[in-house]
Amino acid sequence: MSTIPREELEKMVKSWLEMVEQITRSEGLPIVPDEKTGDPVWVDLRELRLKYLIPIARIRKFFDGLKEGKVYATRCPVQDVYFFPPQADCPYCMDENLEWVEIRGRGTLVTYTVVSVKPASYLHYPDYIIAIARMEEGFNVLCWMSVDDPSQLRIGMPVKLVVKRREPEGFFTYYLEPE
Amino acid sequence: MRKVAIVGVGQSPFGRASDRGINELAWQAIKQALQDAGITQRDVGFVSVANVGGWSAEPLPAISVNEYAGLTGVGTYRVEAACASGSAALVTAANLVSSGAVDIALAVGVERMNESPTPTAVELIGRAGNYFWEFDMFGLTFPSYYALYATAYMNKYGATEEDLAKISVKNHFYASFNEYAAFRKRVTVDDVLKSRPVAWPLKLLDCSPITDGAAAVVLASEDVARKLTDTPVWIAGVGYGSDTSNLSKRPDFLTLRATRKAAAEAYKKAGVDPSKPVKSFDVVEVHDCFTIAEILAYEDLGFAAPGQGYMLAREGETYKGGLIPVNLDGGLKAKGHPIGATGVSMAAEITKQLRQEVPAERQADIVKGMGLAHNVGGTGHYTYVTIYSLQKPG
Ligand SMILES: [Zn+2]
Repeated sequence: MSTIPREELEKMVKSWLEMVEQITRSEGLPIVPDEKTGDPVWVDLRELRLKYLIPIARIRKFFDGLKEGKVYATRCPVQDVYFFPPQADCPYCMDENLEWVEIRGRGTLVTYTVVSVKPASYLHYPDYIIAIARMEEGFNVLCWMSVDDPSQLRIGMPVKLVVKRREPEGFFTYYLEPE
Repeated sequence: MRKVAIVGVGQSPFGRASDRGINELAWQAIKQALQDAGITQRDVGFVSVANVGGWSAEPLPAISVNEYAGLTGVGTYRVEAACASGSAALVTAANLVSSGAVDIALAVGVERMNESPTPTAVELIGRAGNYFWEFDMFGLTFPSYYALYATAYMNKYGATEEDLAKISVKNHFYASFNEYAAFRKRVTVDDVLKSRPVAWPLKLLDCSPITDGAAAVVLASEDVARKLTDTPVWIAGVGYGSDTSNLSKRPDFLTLRATRKAAAEAYKKAGVDPSKPVKSFDVVEVHDCFTIAEILAYEDLGFAAPGQGYMLAREGETYKGGLIPVNLDGGLKAKGHPIGATGVSMAAEITKQLRQEVPAERQADIVKGMGLAHNVGGTGHYTYVTIYSLQKPG
């Protein structure tokens, strides 16, 4: 299924599209056999490219923090509740006067998994560990866990939150690591 | 509020429907349901269509399905509640009948997931959580969401991978007697344990498959139902629940709070004793998108105490003849999980079970005349619990 590297998948898609084009040229219709059943299927002539533009203006400080190696949450001083991932509005107070608070970064491991069957848009990464930790402030963080061997992980073990650049994509993000 | 009954059901075979488009697939189910109810398109007052889509081409499936099925002009909409879309479509249609807005409504669920390549389908289902903070940054997949629950649950209560595998073995066993099921082949615990890892600790045979399929039910008011059939299957109670988009905002990963809330509501409406619900039901459909999900459902529906659900699997208590028979149609695991169709198919299955119309190998003994369908969207993001009864609810 989705365990092949991305470049290989893209090569396969490209050669498949070329095959469809050849069939369309020779037969006059983009009809090919289904890969499993052999039933005739019409190959969509149109292709849709989706890349969303997501507003972050009101939580900009979170991303500025990442560039400085810091991870911020927001907190409502009235309700004494944290929001992580951070949000700009407190729905309980119907107010937007939330404070930005740097996460201290210490927590314990609550749960984790190792993703082997990856989405198409993650095929350029090796298998990755997704973990959830309970931070000492009392809220949870979900992100990738950096560890060489997943068998070292134990639920309840101390972990710390760190900021690193995710390669090969090159963006700043947060990771958990064993303490 | 008027009482509402299911008076007709239908469903397509589940699997890879490469010979049928979305409209043709839906029509297979609609045709059966109309014929089963003994009505025609002219009698239908509203059509509620569950479809998640994205992987399939048609952007307005309610309209295209209705045109194909001779239902153009009837009031309609498409309903989305992720994997619980089918129940959402059914419940909204039932509420239109209950309120008196229409006398007969049709609920249809249809999904053509194989209209896109498998990696695209994996990608789109993985996005069904919190898109920005979970998928865009961390590449969650649908199995990985439930794997986070499985890891926490197994660690806390001592359930094993073998216990999870037993759910898969049971559901494949019953699917072998279901002509509509995607997988008719039985599996062993060993097969499940040796299947390849998808999101540790979940393996391929812990997971429901990418599936095409459709299901339909006809809902009628009491007056109409009495005229159409001697065995109306009444909706005795519905409960609703939801939970946070971000998984990290939940207090623990041992229970689905949405199910607990929905079950409590449904039990109250149907007069089911919440301290011993198994006493009320002959047969139950639970949302086993992954094996761990069925075990969580045992606990969240009150069939087992917290931390004891896996013992029902270990001891075979959810086979026919056990404490409570669960997923005698093969469940999502082996019947298949065409996202939007699943909840409607659950209703069709409970109806057939209560009418004693399924093959003997998987027919529950109908003594109490009550069944339950538990349909979860996403990772406990949405839950619908619907209780069905042969007795008109009081
Ligand atoms: Zn506040």
